Amino acid sequence: MQTDKRPAAIRTRDLNLWYGTFQALFDVSLEIKQGIITSLIGPSGCGKSTLLRSVNRINERLGYVRIDGSIEVMGKNIYDEDVELVQVRKQIGMVFQRPNPLPISIRDNVLFGYNLHSEKRRTPRSELDGIVEDALQQVLLWDQVKDKLNRKATDLSLEEQQKLCIARLLPVKPGVLLMDEPCSALDPKGTEAVEELIWELREKYTILIVTHNMAQARRASEECIFMLMGKVIEHSPTESMFVTPAQQETADYIEGRYG
Amino acid sequence: MSDIATQDFDRRNRDWYIDKLVQLVVFFGGISAIVFIIGIFVFITKEGFGFILNTMDPVEFFTSPYWEPSDEDAPEYGILALIAGTASVTGLALIVAIPFSLGAAIFVGEFATGKTRELLKILVELLAAIPSVVWGFIGLTIMNPIIIDLFDVPVGLTVLNAGIILGLMTAPIMTSIAEDALKAVPDRYREAAEAMGATRWQVIFKVVLPAAKNGLLGAVLLGVGRGFGETMAVLLATGHSVNIPDSVFDSVRALTATIAAELGETAVGSDHYQALFTIGIFLFVITFVINLTADLVVRGVRKG
Repeated sequence: MQTDKRPAAIRTRDLNLWYGTFQALFDVSLEIKQGIITSLIGPSGCGKSTLLRSVNRINERLGYVRIDGSIEVMGKNIYDEDVELVQVRKQIGMVFQRPNPLPISIRDNVLFGYNLHSEKRRTPRSELDGIVEDALQQVLLWDQVKDKLNRKATDLSLEEQQKLCIARLLPVKPGVLLMDEPCSALDPKGTEAVEELIWELREKYTILIVTHNMAQARRASEECIFMLMGKVIEHSPTESMFVTPAQQETADYIEGRYG
Repeated sequence: MSDIATQDFDRRNRDWYIDKLVQLVVFFGGISAIVFIIGIFVFITKEGFGFILNTMDPVEFFTSPYWEPSDEDAPEYGILALIAGTASVTGLALIVAIPFSLGAAIFVGEFATGKTRELLKILVELLAAIPSVVWGFIGLTIMNPIIIDLFDVPVGLTVLNAGIILGLMTAPIMTSIAEDALKAVPDRYREAAEAMGATRWQVIFKVVLPAAKNGLLGAVLLGVGRGFGETMAVLLATGHSVNIPDSVFDSVRALTATIAAELGETAVGSDHYQALFTIGIFLFVITFVINLTADLVVRGVRKG
């Protein structure tokens, strides 16, 4: 694997984060390489979801989050004063643990983000049709839903909903996709299908994925970051982390001694 | 040994009787709503039924604008003008109340946080608890001269006056129900939209309002129901003259106000008395249908 030569897509520097008075992240400094899948593993409450959510700044919804340090995406600190939140979230798509399609039609779901960010007042219908088809093709969902694009997205199966949630990020051409345990609500078959899809999407997008499932991290990622109590313990190619972990804590976690 | 066991199994102590008693009391409490509804309906129907069967001409009743029940020679029982009075006041009230209550619900539900939010909710509920006669009094003594001055009209007790008063009266209830509807929209929809880069306004307009539309419609319908049924405020603020209004500056009379004002002066069992009860039946049926529709609409949101 020549992942070493890739440039960094996301770079955090001395990132500290507090929820109120509780510190959830401690001096996190990472380089996430462009175009590969990096997985974040660690026991519950280790800060992996928090880290993921601060890359899209969706954490700020809570209102009591304080951040110190920086997160650079494509070389720009997204916590700079002059950064527009809307643009950050356009560049950095987010997939949630529970599939959360909006209670509108499948087609409108795919176009939701596009319509938010489109500069044009009106896009011709044929162009929109193309965007919808292209996005659904990329997530391997087109064949199942092409005849029911106007049906409510919330009627789809969970697996299809999750694929749709990925599809709706693509029309705005994000650079980074963040996924917060995207398969944990799915059955094994759905998990396999979504994993396969995520694997297909690498190279085109930088993917950062939080997972509870170590087998998944091992199967479906190229680099792996192990976190514990808000600190990064180890960041290495997935192969070597699972075969020859450098830290004792990593080895213990991988072998299932805690977490 | 086995003797003792058998005795034990069917022993009923004090707790058993208390439990049964509580069940019974709660059961009667529960069905009392049904009993009262049926009871009220039977009562007003009984009082008005003689009129419906004997004296009433249904066509005249609903299409004649002449309500002259106390005319000695040829009493006329037409409620068209009264319906027009109620409808015009309620319609105007909705125009006043919908923007207010929707705006208030969005602010309280989506923007206000912490203490501001709690305070606003308490105030809205307080507003809903103001007795209607107080609102009517405001219409009579405050709105009346203001309307006369502002629009240079001879009388201020008009559709406009009653519509604004009734609108302000219904707004708090509509706000409360609309806010519940907004709160029922799962937060993950908002989160999803925000994560895609939607602004607060886009989240509300494109996600929250469409998802809550049934609940919001229900809120409006309950407001309509309230408007139809409201008596005291419209009695005081409409001017109480039987009239099909041409503009908002005309005085009108509402169905409810007619009953309130005339029932005390009629002889029990007379045609006039029974005609008023027939209006009561009509109001009952309308508010029942509106409330039922509102309820069904609100329930629809859960399924959809």
